Amino acid sequence: MIEIVDKRDVAAITNKMQIEFAAVSDNESFARMAAAAFITPLNPTMEELSDVKTAVSEAVTNAIIHGYENRNDVNDIVMMNCVLRGDVLEVEIIDQGVGIENVKEAMEPLYTTRPDMDRSGMGFAFMEAFMDNLEVHSDVDCGTAVKMYKKIGISPWIGSEE
Amino acid sequence: MEDFKVIDNYLMIRLPNEIDHHKSVDISSKADRYIMSQKVGNVVFDFERTTFMDSSGIGIILGRYKKISCFGGKVYAVNADGRIRRILMMSGLQDIVEIMD
Ligand SMILES: Nc1ncnc2c1ncn2[C@@H]1O[C@H](COP(=O)(O)OP(=O)(O)O)[C@@H](O)[C@H]1O
Ligand SMILES: [Mg+2]
Repeated sequence: MIEIVDKRDVAAITNKMQIEFAAVSDNESFARMAAAAFITPLNPTMEELSDVKTAVSEAVTNAIIHGYENRNDVNDIVMMNCVLRGDVLEVEIIDQGVGIENVKEAMEPLYTTRPDMDRSGMGFAFMEAFMDNLEVHSDVDCGTAVKMYKKIGISPWIGSEE
Repeated sequence: MEDFKVIDNYLMIRLPNEIDHHKSVDISSKADRYIMSQKVGNVVFDFERTTFMDSSGIGIILGRYKKISCFGGKVYAVNADGRIRRILMMSGLQDIVEIMD
C-alpha cells in the first residue's frame, strides 16, 4: 500500500483537458489557441491571455524543433495537459524527443543550440517571465516535460513590471 | 500575410497578425532574398497588424540584423504595441533595433 501525504496548499482540480497533436509547426497556433480557449471561463485579462499563449507557443515550438529535431513527421506526438485548480492554470507540454542534457544551461537566456535556425535562445526566459512557475524535466533520448503554472484573474496593474 | 516592399535602400516588411516559428521561417527566407537580390541596406519591421509574437520574432530580427549590420545597415521597428516593445526589450534588442512610433 502506498500512502501519499501532500502538504502543498493546492486547491482541488476543477477542470482538465488533454490533447495530443502531431509535431508539425502548423500546430503551434492550434495549441496556444486551445490553451487560451480553455481558460476563458476564468475571465482572463488580455495580458494574461497573451502570457499563456506566448508560454505555450514557446514550449510547443521547442518540442517540435528541438525535441523532434524539426522533422515535421506526423507520427511524432506532442501532448498538452491542462488542469485548473480553481483560478490556477497548470499546463504541461510533453514530447518524447531527444531530451536535454543540461537543463540548467538550456534555460539560460540567449542559450540556443540552433542559432543556424534563427533561434534566439529566449524561449525559456519568456516562459519564466510570463508564467508564475516553470518546471522542466528532461532525459536524454526519452524526452522533455515542461510544466507551467499561472494564477488567472490578477489585476493587470499588479502583474506588470514597469 | 506579411508583405514586402523596397523603398530606396530600405526593405519594409509588414508583419502578419501572429508571428511564431511556423510563420517566421517564410518571413526570414523571403527577407533574405530581398536583401541579396535588391541589395537593400536597411530593414524596417512594421508591427502595425501584429497582435501576437513569441521568441521566433526575436530570431527574425536578430538574423536579419546579422546579415546587414556588417555593411553598415540598420534595423527599425515601427508601430510595435506595448507588449511587443516589452518583448523586444526583454531580449535586449533596444541596443540593436531603433524602436519608433
Ligand atoms: N523540448 C526540447 N527538447 C530538446 N531540447 C530542448 C527542448 N526545449 C529546449 N531545448 C534546448 O534548450 C535550448 C534553449 O531553448 P529556448 O530557450 O527555447 O531557446 P531556442 O528555442 O531559441 O533555442 C534549445 O536551443 C534546445 O537546445
Ligand atoms: Mg525555443
